[in-house]
Amino acid sequence: MNIHIPTPLRAYTDKQETVSIPGATVAEGLAALVAAHPALQQHLFTSEGKLRSFVNVYLNDDDVRWLPAGQATAVSPGDELSIIPSIAGGCSKEPSI
Amino acid sequence: MSATVEQPELPKLSNEEVARYSRHLILPEVGMEGQKKLKAARVLCVGTGGLGAPLALYLTAAGVGTIGLVDFDVVEESNLQRQVIHSQATVGRLKVDSAELTLKGLNRNTNIIKHNTMLTSANALEIFKDYDVIADGTDNFQTRYLVNDACVLTGKPNAYGSIFRFEGQASVFATEDGPCYRCLYPEPPPPGLVPSCAEGGVLGILPGLVGVIQATEVIKLILGIGEPLIGRLLLVDALGMSFRTMKLRKNPECPVCGTRQITELIDYDQFCGVPKPTGTGPLEATSPGPAADLPIVDGIPQISVEQLKARMDAGSAPFILDVREPHEYAIVDIGAPLIPVGELTRNLHRLTFPKTTEIVVHCKSGARSQRAALILKENGFTNVSNLAGGILAWADRINKNLPKY
Repeated sequence: MNIHIPTPLRAYTDKQETVSIPGATVAEGLAALVAAHPALQQHLFTSEGKLRSFVNVYLNDDDVRWLPAGQATAVSPGDELSIIPSIAGGCSKEPSI
Repeated sequence: MSATVEQPELPKLSNEEVARYSRHLILPEVGMEGQKKLKAARVLCVGTGGLGAPLALYLTAAGVGTIGLVDFDVVEESNLQRQVIHSQATVGRLKVDSAELTLKGLNRNTNIIKHNTMLTSANALEIFKDYDVIADGTDNFQTRYLVNDACVLTGKPNAYGSIFRFEGQASVFATEDGPCYRCLYPEPPPPGLVPSCAEGGVLGILPGLVGVIQATEVIKLILGIGEPLIGRLLLVDALGMSFRTMKLRKNPECPVCGTRQITELIDYDQFCGVPKPTGTGPLEATSPGPAADLPIVDGIPQISVEQLKARMDAGSAPFILDVREPHEYAIVDIGAPLIPVGELTRNLHRLTFPKTTEIVVHCKSGARSQRAALILKENGFTNVSNLAGGILAWADRINKNLPKY
């Protein structure tokens, strides 16, 4: 499957916009993605391994959260996964820590 | 209430207005009735920055009768790369005043209401109640959630747009049957994890593209035509020039629009894990002052630019690491070696000194370097500090000859 990487996360995928990854389910695809690009781990998953609540994963145009089988949903090679993180830019200035 | 805005008694158009809006009037989907609906409509633009600029300009041009502007900032030179409602002549003036000048120049009949204030939990409901549609053109997560919750609580649709670098998102939230922003993102990211536009940059044209999409949605909601982006998230990729739409669902467990357990506005700074706003407000980039003792954040001591300069002058400078991107380094640097934060983990072997060596990490304003400092600490470096305010604070307070970006 192809996984679309959004701009904020491309710093962790060697600037690749799309990553082609094997995997029979959504969860397997995400695991393979993180295995290939370990720096993505903390951006996508909590320390307990749960997908972070401000990161949405779409299988084609459906939010994986709402699919009956969730991340266990089977994917075929032509399917597209998209990672859609929240962005807030408007854009003038933002607070920094 | 339906997604469209109901206008019981519509105002008449003057002959001057008929002439002005003739291209709308000959469009059957708008026509005389639609143009009167626009004249009667009241739209609140939250923010007059990159998104708010094209939004307010096109809504004013289209004949929306009343436009509210919320902003407390002043116009800066670096805004003009994208905030086309302001101009070089108004640098230093309040954004709401600058925007009013431009909008009145475009359409003297538009009623402009200026809210020169930070939008807060204390004033949002009061401000929103007088408008039909809210257009969210803000630039931080706190205000995004505040605008969303206030829209749900007051029953006003939210024409949403957001941008980052070359990517944009747009949707219409908080209609009666549609999802809200919290259905899409129940929680904000922790501060520092998602770089801001001030850090990450943004293509100046992109807010124009996304702001005009928001304006289009506002006009459709007012006229009750077409298919508004309700239950759909539009993704814009300016580099690939591709537009994709994803399905959004109303979350029955959503605490605001689903279970409705949130019945009043909350503390959004706390919700987003950011410090309380200072006198300059939450949108203002904070550059910590030269306080003797800056707080320790997540176990990382914060060092001021004055403290670092004093150490350098005394000949006891720590190892300084710049974690910005190469294109930023090309603009300005303070002589420190560069390893971008995203490449730090796999470049740790380049730090060949003992792990007890004192390291000060810096970036543009202090957020990415805080993250980098945490990475170094996790990898066994025991004496890592973060330069508070980054190279911007250095240019502000130590070497005023340096360019700021």
